[in-house]
Amino acid sequence: MFEILEKDKIGPGVNRAVISAPEIARAHRPGQFVILRAHADGERIPLTVADKDPGKGTLTLIWQEVGTTTYYMGTMCVGEKLVDVCGPLGKPTHVEKFGTVVSVCGGIGAAPLYPITKAMHDAGNHVITILGARTEGLLIMTDDMKKVSDELLISTDDGSFGIHGFVTQVLQDLIDKKRKMDLCVAVGPVPMMRAVVNVTKKANLPTVVSLNPIMVDGTGMCGACRVEVGGKTMFGCVDGPEFNGFDVDFELLTKRLAMYKGPELISLNRFKETPRGCECTFPGGAA
Amino acid sequence: MPEQDPIQRAQNFYEVALGYDNDLALLEASRCLHCKKPYCMKGCPVEVDIPDFVEMVKAGDFISAAWKVKEKNSLPRIAGRVCPQESQCEATCVLNKKGKGEPCAIGRLERFVADYAAKHDTGEIPQLPKPTGLKVGVVGSGPAGLTLAGALIKKGVAVTVFEALHELGGVLVYGIPEFRLPKAIVRSEVDELRKMGVEFKTNWVVGRIETVDDLLEKRKFDSVFIGTGAGAPLFLRIPGENLNGVYSANEFLTRSNLMKAYLFPEADTPVAKGRRVCVFGGGNVAMDSARTALRLGAEEVSIVYRRTMDELPARAEEVHHAVEEGVKFRLLSSPLEIVGNEAGWAVGVNCQKMELGEPDDSGRRRPVPVPGETFHIECDTVIVAIGNAANPLVPSTTKQLDVNKWGNIVADLETGKTSKARVWAGGDIVTGAATVILAMGAGRKAALSMLKEFSID
Repeated sequence: MFEILEKDKIGPGVNRAVISAPEIARAHRPGQFVILRAHADGERIPLTVADKDPGKGTLTLIWQEVGTTTYYMGTMCVGEKLVDVCGPLGKPTHVEKFGTVVSVCGGIGAAPLYPITKAMHDAGNHVITILGARTEGLLIMTDDMKKVSDELLISTDDGSFGIHGFVTQVLQDLIDKKRKMDLCVAVGPVPMMRAVVNVTKKANLPTVVSLNPIMVDGTGMCGACRVEVGGKTMFGCVDGPEFNGFDVDFELLTKRLAMYKGPELISLNRFKETPRGCECTFPGGAA
Repeated sequence: MPEQDPIQRAQNFYEVALGYDNDLALLEASRCLHCKKPYCMKGCPVEVDIPDFVEMVKAGDFISAAWKVKEKNSLPRIAGRVCPQESQCEATCVLNKKGKGEPCAIGRLERFVADYAAKHDTGEIPQLPKPTGLKVGVVGSGPAGLTLAGALIKKGVAVTVFEALHELGGVLVYGIPEFRLPKAIVRSEVDELRKMGVEFKTNWVVGRIETVDDLLEKRKFDSVFIGTGAGAPLFLRIPGENLNGVYSANEFLTRSNLMKAYLFPEADTPVAKGRRVCVFGGGNVAMDSARTALRLGAEEVSIVYRRTMDELPARAEEVHHAVEEGVKFRLLSSPLEIVGNEAGWAVGVNCQKMELGEPDDSGRRRPVPVPGETFHIECDTVIVAIGNAANPLVPSTTKQLDVNKWGNIVADLETGKTSKARVWAGGDIVTGAATVILAMGAGRKAALSMLKEFSID
């Protein structure tokens, strides 16, 4: 089983946990994700791996409390176990020496982007990282990112920290300054990735995005994660999660992500009303 | 066989068929002629000793009858429920041939004795031979892999089964609905294998954690059996298939079976509870999907099929159950397009009216469009149940393993041997989507072939 070895809150509604998963930690490559179930009646949800330690046999997971499972996990304590963690799933990031790579993330997107950025850096690329969030409190992994970036630019939408503005403005600035960039990797909420692609497309800067469609099995068996890329239907779990950003139908992705909005709310409200017998935090989390 | 009332059962997920009681079993067994040449056995893909076990039922020795079945079939509670007996053992039953009416209900008797033995379980397991020191890795815990595991462990070969999902049983737990095959039964069959010493690893994706080559080289398995099934859903590739409310049958059934969405919100996983549901396809999976949709509370469920009732590939019994429960059949209808609203949800299907033309390669009359005749069906949920292709994950990560143009692994149908040394394969990953019992037959043949290679009889 997958024991939680460390756990802390690293932002409002944002959690970090180190879990024991030796076989996955050994096999995991940057860009790959896991699908987990927190408890016996739980949903299977995909979560990107923020870091790993193959020597210790651990994975670091970072998640934001948005649905029942992520809230539930927010109430879990060190010593508790996730019933199922399955992975590594999806295709690893294509890593090579491109030249200059610009890594762009918004909010929680820093978690999945960190191992990719690290791999790009290790491969000898000059890495510029643009780390953004709505407000200072939601910035995560700034120290980690600093270590694997040659340049780190931080922005907040409300100007509470770093550059005042969206990550796309920071990226546009670099383009306007005629900085040489060979590849952009963008991970974050769909509107943010879509906005990044709008910028990079005009500048003809190849862009890889990591998509987060709804999934069930994660091995290509169910097709819940259908996305359209270049007019073709692909399965996010086995054909992705990374795709050429220029070709992704973001509008379809947005609509499909909203498919269970109603039931998700019913489930979450029910969860928040039912205390979960764990003493270290409030049922339903702090948010 | 006694069944739940159709109106009542269309609202619950309990098993439809209730099974024989002792008296009915004795009565049915007494009809067996105990033929000298038992043709029934020839119809069985796993060669169960049918006359012998039926004779034991006749004598009232139900436990011995169950052990007799288990000699050849490690999963009798499952086979007794989902085998298409009418086209196998019961089709070749002499009672059937002589025109003396109904064949002996072999499948129902198999189910009865296996259930009886489980209910009166003493915890006893068959006597196992000394371990041979050999070990086999099995990829996938579906009917092929479980059958192979059972056959090998009984010969002293250690078996480890690797399963990608969190539950064991493959299609038996994600695909076949609770009302046809209760999950508790799959669990009890798996537990029996575990008691005999089969090791199971869930959440273990071969091809991602380690490859088949790693299993052979690093983990030192003497051989590997690939039984990963036909797990990649096919779509029609018509406009609108990515709208919300459109499911592959795999997804719809996985949500409601494996993830227990019928219990939502007690279980966390939701599934669209459609008011009007269209199911594309006419096979068993289409029937399972339609009947599941009814039980989830749909007001109207329609099977949309290109041919007529006579050509439906589903078992007659499944079609009969679906009709009884109120599933509608939109025959000679071929979907052209799924229509959606602004928010991206399916609101209907445009169909082409068909008629039957000349027979095609399969011998069935080919449906051809009636020019100019199209029509619209209003619906909010669409389930695409037109079949599955091979999942490429394992074949594509295994060196020197030949696949055909559809991505199915090339294997000898008699032995299960593949192009790669020490690797066997069987079930849907070899044949394309077929039945549970054929997969079990393939698992059994591969086990016998491996044992021969190991010089064990």
